[in-house]
Amino acid sequence: MMEVPPTAGAELPGPASFVVELTDFSGPLDLLLTLIREEQVDIYDIPIARVAEQFLQRIRTLQLNEAADYLEMAARLLRIKAQLLLPRPEGDEGWDDPRAELVRRLLEYQQMREVVDVLERAGEERRNRFARAYLPQAAAPPESPLALSLSELLAAVDRILRVTKDPGVHDVVPRAIDVPGAIGVIRALLALRAHARWTDLVTRGAEPWQVLSTLLGLLEMAKLGECRVQQPRPFANVEITRDAASEAA
Amino acid sequence: MTPLAKLLEAALFASARPVPTEELLALDPEASRAAVAAALEEIREHYDVEGHGVELTEIGGGWQILTRAEYTEAIERAQLAARPARLSAAALETLALIAYRQPLGRAEIEEIRGVSVGSVLKSLHERGLIDVVGRGEGLGRPLLYGTTPIFLEYFALRHLEELPRSDELAIALRAEPRAL
Repeated sequence: MMEVPPTAGAELPGPASFVVELTDFSGPLDLLLTLIREEQVDIYDIPIARVAEQFLQRIRTLQLNEAADYLEMAARLLRIKAQLLLPRPEGDEGWDDPRAELVRRLLEYQQMREVVDVLERAGEERRNRFARAYLPQAAAPPESPLALSLSELLAAVDRILRVTKDPGVHDVVPRAIDVPGAIGVIRALLALRAHARWTDLVTRGAEPWQVLSTLLGLLEMAKLGECRVQQPRPFANVEITRDAASEAA
Repeated sequence: MTPLAKLLEAALFASARPVPTEELLALDPEASRAAVAAALEEIREHYDVEGHGVELTEIGGGWQILTRAEYTEAIERAQLAARPARLSAAALETLALIAYRQPLGRAEIEEIRGVSVGSVLKSLHERGLIDVVGRGEGLGRPLLYGTTPIFLEYFALRHLEELPRSDELAIALRAEPRAL
């Protein structure tokens, strides 16, 4: 996302809206520094009452009064102004200038602006020179199932229909799938063999709920890191490998 | 040009990113570091002396062939390439702070800039100019941000130390810049 740089003669934001990026200021400290510069006052001895007045004036004309950041600064200025009105203790010793924290922040902000100038110049220099625009192509996506021919698709459907028994009948069973049971079966198989195939787990004539349970159980185990599941190409037999890492753990 | 210089030129031409010296060394197992440095110097001189439209630049920890600035207008007018959009003042301020004080958290940036920086951080992160480099101590273990190689590339810097040292600024910065 790029913010729109401030442009001369840009539309004034409506009364109910404020867009800080469209103004000439990037924040309350920026505005404050500008005021101090315009008033030509010493940053270490800011006439708070006058600057606070100007600040409020400015955020009113900028229609920024909704901006919490600016209001927070306005409140801070007014508080410092109030603190300065309090009588000081006898002698100036032990009196902390309430402006000190503000001065520190302004100086810090000014340092940052100096770095911004450096970066801006450097960025402009680089912007004006082009590099080769070649972008490496994204890794080739896996073969799309849409590239299948109709006969391949029908053959796949046929295989599924042959494996599942009587697919046309819908029996509502109380516990349609049994994932923990399937996990138990897969664990038992993997305990015996490091490698297994999908067809070892789901035999011909398996009920749809058994196929589903086995699939969900397998995915769950892969998620838990107990096994790895690979399919070399679409519709190929799924290869299941016991995960050596989880065994060691 | 020497064969090594031609090989490096081809590799630099083919790459969209600055190529670090280490990767250039890998192009020819026979070539020494000094030979690669000499070949790079040869390419640079070749471009400069014979007056090419491109130049060899050390940038972002590597080497890159860039067009010369005087042709930018014409290239852009012909819509063959476009300059990237300028960063906003808010983005530059945030980047300046991160560059000098990394790793730096959002709260510190907001304290210094006096505005909330959530969306600016997001857009800088999306552009790859900054990245999360760790988590700070304290409440919520805040994310800490640092600059990336793309940051160096964007500002045509060889390394972070190329930025003015804090004591070279008119007002010294509180913290020293830290190397990545």
